[in-house]
Amino acid sequence: MAAKFDLNDDSVVVIVGSGAGGGTLGTQLALKGIKTVILEAGARHEMEDFQNDEWASFTQISWLDPRTTSGSWRVAKDFPNLPAWIVKAVGGSTIHWAGASLRFQPHEFKTRTTYGDIPGANLLDWPVTLEEMDPWYAKAEDRMGVTRTNGIPGLPGNNNFKVMKAGADKMGYKECHTGRMAINSQERDNRGGCQQIGFCFQGCKSGAKWSTLIAEIPKGEETGKLEVRPNSQVLKIEHDPRGKVTGVVYADKDGTMQRQKARIVAVAGNSIESPRLLLNSASSMFPDGLANSSGQVGKNYMRHMTGSVYGMFDKPVRMYRGTTMAGVVKDEARHDPSRGFVGGYEMETLSLGLPFMAAFLDPGSWGREFTSALDGYDRMAGMWLVGEDMPQETNRVTLHSEMKDKYGLPIPDVHFDDHPNDIAMRNHAYRQGSALYESVGAIRTFPTPPYPSTHNLGTNRMSEKPRDGVVNKWGQAHDVANLFVSDGSQFTTGASENPTLTIVALALRQADYIADQMSKNAI
Amino acid sequence: MSSTMDSGADSGAGPNARAAVGRRAFLAGSATAAAAAAAAAILVSGGAILCPREAWGYETKALAPDTMRSLVRMARDIYPHDRLPDRVYAVAMKVQDEAAASDAKLKEMYEAGMAKLDKLAKAKHATPYADVGWEADRVRLLHEMEADPFFQKVRGGLVTGIYNNKEVWPLFGYEGESAAKGGYIDRGFNDIEWL
Ligand SMILES: Cc1cc2nc3c(=O)[nH]c(=O)nc-3n(C[C@H](O)[C@H](O)[C@H](O)COP(=O)(O)OP(=O)(O)OC[C@H]3O[C@@H](n4cnc5c(N)ncnc54)[C@H](O)[C@@H]3O)c2cc1C
Ligand code: SF4
Repeated sequence: MAAKFDLNDDSVVVIVGSGAGGGTLGTQLALKGIKTVILEAGARHEMEDFQNDEWASFTQISWLDPRTTSGSWRVAKDFPNLPAWIVKAVGGSTIHWAGASLRFQPHEFKTRTTYGDIPGANLLDWPVTLEEMDPWYAKAEDRMGVTRTNGIPGLPGNNNFKVMKAGADKMGYKECHTGRMAINSQERDNRGGCQQIGFCFQGCKSGAKWSTLIAEIPKGEETGKLEVRPNSQVLKIEHDPRGKVTGVVYADKDGTMQRQKARIVAVAGNSIESPRLLLNSASSMFPDGLANSSGQVGKNYMRHMTGSVYGMFDKPVRMYRGTTMAGVVKDEARHDPSRGFVGGYEMETLSLGLPFMAAFLDPGSWGREFTSALDGYDRMAGMWLVGEDMPQETNRVTLHSEMKDKYGLPIPDVHFDDHPNDIAMRNHAYRQGSALYESVGAIRTFPTPPYPSTHNLGTNRMSEKPRDGVVNKWGQAHDVANLFVSDGSQFTTGASENPTLTIVALALRQADYIADQMSKNAI
Repeated sequence: MSSTMDSGADSGAGPNARAAVGRRAFLAGSATAAAAAAAAAILVSGGAILCPREAWGYETKALAPDTMRSLVRMARDIYPHDRLPDRVYAVAMKVQDEAAASDAKLKEMYEAGMAKLDKLAKAKHATPYADVGWEADRVRLLHEMEADPFFQKVRGGLVTGIYNNKEVWPLFGYEGESAAKGGYIDRGFNDIEWL
């Protein structure tokens, strides 16, 4: 039975957000017997409510509160009020996510050491190594049921994958398979196997795909130690005169302000809302925002180097059938500066339905070049390119100087400029992706610009030294001992892999640390 | 005459606007079959536009029927798909006409924008935009208007107006909803043969 805690219960851990970070941390704490309240801004939709319809689903679950963008990235021009494509609902963006679950490579925890001093990049080594993370990765993979780990077979390849694989073979790529996916290839953990429905982004209706909504939170609730409060948007974190946090103020489903007391607060609102909340929690004691003595809150915003390549063939592919992202080429993920950039990128199958293809293939474009591409929709194969981008101090989330949300709080602005390394990598990836499809007979290829950010990282980064970042190696604020950051905003650098497995591994590790510190009365 | 293209489906601009093409009703209007065959694809009659060839008509809610007729032409010029009937473009523009019915500024944007486009067309081709004969000539005119908020409004609305219309999906080989059919696990998720 789900718990119900009193607003004045100051012994609870309060977590802001129920996505990959918050949903996992909350569940794990509850499993350890720790009283936990997750406050989630969005509604609770169950699996049956998800829709196999791109725009309808987008309207149902996306975070659509006002945001602005600036900078030279193309998203700012094409989608000025939608810097990120993420979820506002119980489960967070794990409802949307495709399920690709890859571990970082060793050097990706040590980018400053490995890449050296890259002008304009604010590189820093993580205060954690892969060796330290390996056991947590293993726990996360087991928890999420990642294919090709724990003896779980890979998913079968769909049409889109088969085109990728044939091209990868022609290109001489060695490491191409149906991925390490947090999608059941067979029944596991009381969830069935993938039905190849093809609407993974719209919330899997079969339950094969791991999400905190269906695979974590119910287990936490069963312990009687976890309460998830939907439609509860946290507006401010409060603290006492000694600088320890004491609770949060949130707007409940009726817009009424409530104050939930807390022993510990963990912020997991994804990398735009988490720094925004810290900045909006400024006080006379913390005039630049909570946990911001370093001035790094909101800075170093990363979103991965991304782009897509669609290849058009003369015969049908029907890429939309089956798992959206179940195919990867890993050969380009290595660090090999001879390609003209540091870091690497993954190539992963991707498909969009016709409505999203029309909106995202080349936003703003029109005329016969564009429509003749869409005329070949069913003959297209597609891949997403995702690589490490350079952290830059000037890429940042700030509070808007004038615009306010419905609660009267400044909305976030997301500023982003591509680093020259990002551009060099994207161009390389476009070339390789196009060559791959051309090698198996593509008659046209389309280098498709980045979508609004699905991977949002780095805005409360981990650092060994307090002056370089916001949190320590446990995600604990350098400035405030009982304040944690538990989502992708902790990332010191972004690596080339999709981030969620690492977010979950960090959350499981953080739960252990919090439990240990609580038992020692250190926090 | 009433709107015969209407489906009673949800409307309104924005990404979710879905103008489902509904009952296709035949017109019992003034245009006779013979007259229709001889005339342009879309006619203006009273407060409505008529497409005898495809047997539909639409009574505009806000925009002048002449404007609406030109907008349907413009819609096809922006996103030309030869296999799509005019009806699809009309349905997409209908959403925008309905939005203009409750927004005077928007209505003015469409009317003034189309007037400007017609003026450009008359200066160059001595005929209104919709009657310029070659697509390439019309597209050149549209390029001159590309930065105009009017053009961007029309184009932006079409992205959902056309491609989020479930009736056109099969024409593009997109099958839409699949969960209710059990996904593709037994329906060809890996049926590619030509590789
Ligand atoms: C289409 C798509 C595909 C993706 N595919 C992959 C993939 O294949 N592999 C991968 O690794 N990653 C993928 N991702 C990324 C992945 O979803 C995110 O990295 C991950 O979910 C981020 O976790 P998080 O905890 O930081 O934030 P989220 O999961 O976004 O959770 C944040 C939650 O906090 C809530 N919240 C925010 N502010 C507040 C507030 N003030 N008060 C209360 N609640 C608040 C939000 O509503 C949200 O529910 C994908 C994302 C998208 C959108
Ligand atoms: S393809 Fe598989 S994982 Fe994706 S939505 Fe369908 S059943 Fe779920």
